[in-house]
Amino acid sequence: MQYDTLLNRTLQEIKPSGIRRFFDLAHEMEDVITLSIGEPDFSTPWHIRERGIDTLQRGKTWYSPNAGFLELRDATARYLDRRFGVNYDPKSEILITVGGSEAIDLCMRALINPGDEVLIPSPSFVCYAPLAEMAGGVPVMIETKAEDAFRLTPEALKAAITDKTKLLVFPFPNNPTGAVMKREHLEAIATVLRDTNVMVLSDEIYGELTYAPEGHTALSAVDGMQERTMLVSGFSKTYAMTGWRLGYVCGPAPVMKQVIKLHQFGIMCAPTTAQYAAIEALEHGDEDIRKMRAEYDQRRRLIVNELNGMGLTCFDPEGAFYVFPSIQSTGMTSEDFCMQLLEQKHVAVVPGTAFGDCGEGFVRISYCYSIQHIVEAMKRMRAFLSERGLLPEERA
Amino acid sequence: MEKLLKLLDENARLSDAQLAAMLGTTEAAVKAEIADLENRGVIRAYKAVIDWDKTDREYVTALIELHVTPKPDAGFEAIAETIMQFDEVESISLMSGGYDFSITVTARTFKDVAMFVAKRLSPLESVVSTATHFVLRRYKQNNVIFQGGDRDERGVL
Repeated sequence: MQYDTLLNRTLQEIKPSGIRRFFDLAHEMEDVITLSIGEPDFSTPWHIRERGIDTLQRGKTWYSPNAGFLELRDATARYLDRRFGVNYDPKSEILITVGGSEAIDLCMRALINPGDEVLIPSPSFVCYAPLAEMAGGVPVMIETKAEDAFRLTPEALKAAITDKTKLLVFPFPNNPTGAVMKREHLEAIATVLRDTNVMVLSDEIYGELTYAPEGHTALSAVDGMQERTMLVSGFSKTYAMTGWRLGYVCGPAPVMKQVIKLHQFGIMCAPTTAQYAAIEALEHGDEDIRKMRAEYDQRRRLIVNELNGMGLTCFDPEGAFYVFPSIQSTGMTSEDFCMQLLEQKHVAVVPGTAFGDCGEGFVRISYCYSIQHIVEAMKRMRAFLSERGLLPEERA
Repeated sequence: MEKLLKLLDENARLSDAQLAAMLGTTEAAVKAEIADLENRGVIRAYKAVIDWDKTDREYVTALIELHVTPKPDAGFEAIAETIMQFDEVESISLMSGGYDFSITVTARTFKDVAMFVAKRLSPLESVVSTATHFVLRRYKQNNVIFQGGDRDERGVL
């Protein structure tokens, strides 16, 4: 069989994720201490697990309605209103999906016509461009910069919009940079978008993980934005439920009608055990979120302080669970830095370039680890720099 | 204060600078706070959590339930004060429920523990009865898992 002629050409041309290759290397080593995983180290809170177990014991193992149990959509609507002051109709504007990932894929495929341009701030999570391409779109990267705290600026957005622009991917709080867009930044973005026909895919999966007192502002909470925003989120990061595979997308009814149709044909419905557990999470999980957030915040402060102390400067990442320090002072490329750090000190972090070319000069460090683990990793990184005479006190 | 104590409870070897960063305060403030907590006897000691089963040390630990008759004037306090003086006694607590004191004792051999109970504890005037339970295997102690279970099973994506 000539598989390369059989397979989809667009798919074949898409490069595999750059994170993957690195993980495989780390996996083969002994005594590796990794700071590279992008999922909570907490287990799903017990009362949420218990709800799932309970429904399994009672044999509630059938399909749900295509859009998800109405009880879950109701709970999602109430949660979004309570937490972010945005209102969605559970019957026509909310779909429960297999993780935020499915929701992203659905939005792309429901909206994009061949040749449509999809604006993607970079660096960002690895799935947007490949999914846009598979939907026939043309990804257009918008570079975000450290001096702007990796925010998308209205100027950069304006400059990128053409008459072919269909969709803006809006991934904040951001993986890998930890950047957040506050209300005033959202207002500025909204001002650019209000007179256009551009839709926004707002990936707010890390929305509950912001560390400034004012918390997260949903893009659709800004005037004039709800009608052009697809709000994507999920349970994975918020409630430490990654393996349950459950997310959701909310948007204007005419778009949602098509999105639900696609989901119905491709997926049928999201896993029902996970849906039952998610109802419990939304109804009784606020305290779990608060506790986990407080824990992440302590680790975040620790790691930022340690990195800055060793001359790997990082801006204050106010969201998600990543820091994105600059390694430019070492004179190494991101790839070399990570490779040598892994080989010599057995510490795994991810090169910034895995999240786009403009991630060069940075590495992504996750703090989904115990304080003990983080302290040990920082000790090794410090030794790594010291051996090269790169610590600030050695340079002085 | 509670946050600081919780951090120290988890890891007493964090530096003042690390604690300050995590708590969003200054190193000097942390230093002062810890000094105060030590002075007031809130922080009693800093110790390592050791899995002795991984060493050559020959030892045995027992949990002893103790029934006593409290003295009319001194209550349970006088008995507790006597018992806590013994070097073999690692901990002693007054309990609710089926017995009065729970005592943990560590000695070199089973026989040593038995002798300690027979010669030191039982003869005490107020002691009515004892029940000795030997520890066979430690799974978790001071919030630290000793036997498996703490491996990071998260996959790599």
